[in-house]
Amino acid sequence: MLYIVPHICCVAVAVWISELNLTMNLSNGRGSMSTVTSGAAVKSADAVSDQFPAGLRVLVVDDDPTCLMILEKMLRTCLYEVTKCNTAEKALTLLRKNKNGFDIVISDVHMPDMDGFKLLEHIGLEMDLPVIMMSADDGKNVVMKGVTHGACDYLIKPVRIEALKNIWQHVVRKRKNEWRDTEQSGSAEEGDRQQKASDDADYSSSANESNWRNSKKRRDEEEEAEERDDTSTLKKPRVVWSVELHQQFVAAVDQLGIDKAVPKKILELMNVPGLTRENVASHLQKYRLYLRRLSGVSQHQNNMNSSFMNPQDATFGTISSINGIDLQTLAAAGQLPAQSLATLQAAGLGRSTPKAGLPMPIMDQRNLFSFENPRLRFSEGQQQQQHLSNSKPVNLLHGIPTNMEPKQLASLHQSSQPLGNMTVRVNASTQSNPLLMQMAQSQPRGHMLSENTGPHLPRLPSSLGQPSASNGTSNALMGRNGIAGSTRAPGYNPISQSSSMMNFPINQTTEMPISSFPLGSTPGISSITTKGSFQEEVTSGIKRAGGFVPNYDIFSELKKPLDWEVSNPSLTYNAASQHANPLHGNIDVSPSVLVQQSFSSNQQTGQSRDANTMIVKPIFSASESMEQGTLQNQHLNTLVTDNSIRVKTERIPDASSQTNFYPEHYGQEDLMSALLKQQEGIGPAENDFDFDGYSLDNVPV
Amino acid sequence: MDKVRLQREAAFIRSSLLDQGYLDEQFIQLEELQDNDNPNFVEEVVTLFYTDSARLIYNIDQALLSNPTDFTKLDDYMHQFKGSCSSIGAKKVKNECNGFGEYCEAQNYDGCFRTFQQIKQEYINLKKKLETYFQLLKEAA
Repeated sequence: MLYIVPHICCVAVAVWISELNLTMNLSNGRGSMSTVTSGAAVKSADAVSDQFPAGLRVLVVDDDPTCLMILEKMLRTCLYEVTKCNTAEKALTLLRKNKNGFDIVISDVHMPDMDGFKLLEHIGLEMDLPVIMMSADDGKNVVMKGVTHGACDYLIKPVRIEALKNIWQHVVRKRKNEWRDTEQSGSAEEGDRQQKASDDADYSSSANESNWRNSKKRRDEEEEAEERDDTSTLKKPRVVWSVELHQQFVAAVDQLGIDKAVPKKILELMNVPGLTRENVASHLQKYRLYLRRLSGVSQHQNNMNSSFMNPQDATFGTISSINGIDLQTLAAAGQLPAQSLATLQAAGLGRSTPKAGLPMPIMDQRNLFSFENPRLRFSEGQQQQQHLSNSKPVNLLHGIPTNMEPKQLASLHQSSQPLGNMTVRVNASTQSNPLLMQMAQSQPRGHMLSENTGPHLPRLPSSLGQPSASNGTSNALMGRNGIAGSTRAPGYNPISQSSSMMNFPINQTTEMPISSFPLGSTPGISSITTKGSFQEEVTSGIKRAGGFVPNYDIFSELKKPLDWEVSNPSLTYNAASQHANPLHGNIDVSPSVLVQQSFSSNQQTGQSRDANTMIVKPIFSASESMEQGTLQNQHLNTLVTDNSIRVKTERIPDASSQTNFYPEHYGQEDLMSALLKQQEGIGPAENDFDFDGYSLDNVPV
Repeated sequence: MDKVRLQREAAFIRSSLLDQGYLDEQFIQLEELQDNDNPNFVEEVVTLFYTDSARLIYNIDQALLSNPTDFTKLDDYMHQFKGSCSSIGAKKVKNECNGFGEYCEAQNYDGCFRTFQQIKQEYINLKKKLETYFQLLKEAA
């Protein structure tokens, strides 16, 4: 199993690490959760995670007393702590007096004293809380406004309790993004972890949705707990399994042999001061699960790969060759997580990335797993790369939080096979899923997005152009998994394609998907992602202007829409999106654009994973948005609702620019407009992507 | 009074309101929210609705009387009214509001005026039925 690991791209590692960290975090600092006061049944400390999101402090603002009363009752039924306000002014006063007194705000759009969007802006600027907009108005323009003003969700009245049950995701996501933002160069584990969790969930079927959600929820809760560390009184120092640390760990395990690796010995080998045996033990446990999962997935991947490979053998060949190079470089480079991260981030920011840097990140990712058996990896990786490119992205992305760092993405590519089920978070982001779904749709099964890159690009349009065909399937798949595994292919393919693209220096759509991802996740918001703003959002933590704050590193890189655009002249996506080209046209553009974006910015590896997923989305959304209400959108929207992303029923399943959303939080947004908006700094609310492969708590070991 | 009979009568009214489209799924949502903490939740919400919406009806009436007609204001009031109606599940009333909105957009005063009379009619109609319904529920309890 260990040998398979190497091929697992960093994404997998990142995801796994983040998963671990999530778990670890779970055990720490949950005290804050125990202060739930919503009247939930008393739960044991162990069940802290179960308590969440109970106790979520919600401020609901609506001038309609009937609605207010109903909402209050519904929120209380969800075990939230509710405060009512019937004017925006009162709400602002309350918020200002009590800056940390609320977790999320739900506000009506039409209010007598102040426009809901203005309130939204105020809150975003002053308190930086997630805000959900509500209205009986389901017009696309209004929803779009919500997105552009930074609402993290948009509910259509009459609001159903089901829609309210999931609002906690926005809180978690936001915190994750924020945390991640500050952890840019930090471990991407958190995001990965979360993704991993999502991956674990069976996203391929709606039945699993709940599972996934539960696991995601758990992860989110952990995240939440982590986020609340400062407020928690039970905070314990958490071990942050950074990439470096994990590499040390893996090296130790490798040295001992996975079967003989016992925490005590690993600890000794690692020789990290401050690390306890317990830390290692729990990490080892997760690692084992992870490997198990990977091996299970790899089969899947292989199947997928073959399907992918066939039509595009040539393409793949190229990819593999590149990968091969990367692998070698990676091997030579040894551990490069930090570097790759930095590179990726730099890239993301629009700074030119040295060519060497490109492969590096990927390599780095690989190194995470591959340093154990570099040689072996290579050979396997070669084959796998191709597969990885195809399937990996899918898997990796599948469920991989958008926060995955480029490295992770790269590893995704490489280890796509082993990862197999690395669910790209895309799905997770609920919201982004719609986008993904779109992406998936656009790509007929077996068509890899990677085709989009450069030489592949021509293919993309065709593949993308078949959304209708694959929509149904992909949507279903995508919906569930974001980036479905190989079986889920339809949606998956596109993603994998993107991931493979990621590997290439060419800007693969990976970035795009990422960006789109977040967009997708938030209903209304995500739909806008097609635009540059979308990317903004995607980028991790960009959030502030109320836009998404994707956690992806890639996204952070994408964040600078300006940079992004500048650095990626080929980013036709933007152009395309702006011109609302026909679906096909967009597709062409988007993929390449996306790719470029993601590529230059991130270089991927971890990010690629996300990117793939992300790319998938944006492309779709872009095309979708362009299409404005194409059938696909409808499908997607529909599907989105079905998938785990939990599209809110209240959302307007508007084509193209609507949030299908994701949720993230998932509908079709007008990516382009969103992207554009992003550039203006008005991003949709945080995206669901919280792709943070290695980022964990800031708490140092 | 035979409580069982009253209960049956109340149930009958309820199902006919739902079947005939006077009320929709949202009303059921409200019923589901009712629990031991709020045993009369639905009735309270409906009462609140009728109290508050009376204000909106008045506003719309006034706006329709004023000259020149401010269609923007009309549309705004109607939007609020519609939102309220939808929140308690007043389906028929809400649907009538759609017509009003269209006339507003077309700045068709006559259309607005006539439609609004219909809206008020449905509104009062539903109110009576719901009053009877809640009364029966109380007596049947």
